[in-house]
Amino acid sequence: MSGIGTGYDLSTTTYSPDGKVFQVDYACKAVDNGGLALGIKCSDGVVLGVEKLLPFKMLVPGSNRRIAPVDRHAGMAGAGLAPDARQIMSRARSECANYKSFYGDKIPSKILADRMANYLHMFTLYWSVRPFGAAVLLAVRDPATGKYELYLLEPSGECQRYHGMAIGKGRQAAKNEVEKLKLGEMSCLEAVKEAARIIVTTHDEKDKDYECELAWICDDSGGEFKKVPKDIADEAIAAAKRALEDDDAMDAD
Amino acid sequence: MIPTRVSHNPIIGPGVVPFGVDPAYDAQYKLNQAPRSHVASHGQGKPFTVEPGPHQRTQYPYVTGTTVLGCKYKDGVMIACDTLCCYGSTKRYKSVERIKKVNSSTIISFTGELSDFHYIVSLLEELDTTDYCEDDGSELAPWEIHSYLCRVMYNRRNKFDPLWNSLVVAGVKHGRTFLGTVGMIGQHYEDSHLAAGFGNHMARPLFREKHTDDMSEEDARKLMEDCLRACLMRDKTMMNKFQIAKVTAGGLEISEPFQVPMNWGYEKFKDPTKHAVGAW
Repeated sequence: MSGIGTGYDLSTTTYSPDGKVFQVDYACKAVDNGGLALGIKCSDGVVLGVEKLLPFKMLVPGSNRRIAPVDRHAGMAGAGLAPDARQIMSRARSECANYKSFYGDKIPSKILADRMANYLHMFTLYWSVRPFGAAVLLAVRDPATGKYELYLLEPSGECQRYHGMAIGKGRQAAKNEVEKLKLGEMSCLEAVKEAARIIVTTHDEKDKDYECELAWICDDSGGEFKKVPKDIADEAIAAAKRALEDDDAMDAD
Repeated sequence: MIPTRVSHNPIIGPGVVPFGVDPAYDAQYKLNQAPRSHVASHGQGKPFTVEPGPHQRTQYPYVTGTTVLGCKYKDGVMIACDTLCCYGSTKRYKSVERIKKVNSSTIISFTGELSDFHYIVSLLEELDTTDYCEDDGSELAPWEIHSYLCRVMYNRRNKFDPLWNSLVVAGVKHGRTFLGTVGMIGQHYEDSHLAAGFGNHMARPLFREKHTDDMSEEDARKLMEDCLRACLMRDKTMMNKFQIAKVTAGGLEISEPFQVPMNWGYEKFKDPTKHAVGAW
């Protein structure tokens, strides 16, 4: 197999002989190395959670957010390179604003996801640019149907709709945990707790400090993408940490 | 990046489509600089070309709302207007909500062109959404909205394409009650009570006589209804269907439409020609 050093990985415009675009693969690796981001779609909304790794102790708590709204009815959680994710979000905001200004209505979920996927895909087609080193989870409330939807946008330009998804470091463990949940019966309030639990339990002790960011778009938040209210989020995270400590204590016994 | 069509770019100024964002708009703008020809590049006239020269149709109002009144009172601020938008002097649209909520502490209302007001609302919505995306829970204060609108209006008058409105902005934030107005050429002021449109002539004297900043809500509402009646009975482009919106520290509320009692049975109305020499 031809791999690194064979010259097929210098540009996205060159396939390797076995049909791979290495630059895109590397971009995916960048995503896998970043902190965990997970999305859970429940009966009444979508919850997004991010494990934000803190490289320095002196960082202001709550700064450098990885989850942000892109419109009132849509929000994103990024994994991978933070600046790349921010760029994707900023593009998504433009798309939303542009759609609103052109059609006078909120952008439908499918169209937003599609346009963003096209945008990401553009960066896999030209030698002069590199693919984004970030993948984003997109949570939208479709303005026409009122249904909540969760999409994953990858650096390759792939875009798929999910019930639950995890990307970044520890995604496999997190995905397994998400699969165990009864997503259809769960409310967002419960999902917040689960998301916090998954983020806390899958956190790699070797890594430095982290912050758990939680946001949701659900009936409780009035159909708008918002941070999970501080009291609910804090409680969920504290409970998750307590549970983890209890587990550790049991293991130690 | 695709720039949004309407910009809040500080270099260009608010509410103006910047050059380079929308080729169609740029082309239009260029066309407006000099008289246009009927003849297209392929040598044939366009079938629906109306006239050469700059567009005139945005230079005059078509569907208009009249009088908006506003006054402060003890706990906050209220504004009132009818629900009518006239096509010329035809009472064309009779249940238009002319008061809009901008954010949780601000309301605006307008006189003048309805479609221009819609445009202004869309600007504010866009601004609000941009703010919302920060997700820090802060919103623009009423006086910030007001100064933004001042810039928009003034900017557009400098383009010789004014937004044909007078706007009234009201709100309460951080314990400050705000009531301000801005006109179609950007003239603006704050006051304890104000009126936009014809109400300036009809209602302001009543306000000046009776209004105080510390009046109770009931008194303010009663005064407001008196002023509305005074306007209604003199202004042919008003109708007896009003809304009052109030903003207090506790939030904002836009009332259901209501009527004020009217009376045309005055003595002098009975035989209008009696004292008018030469009338018939």
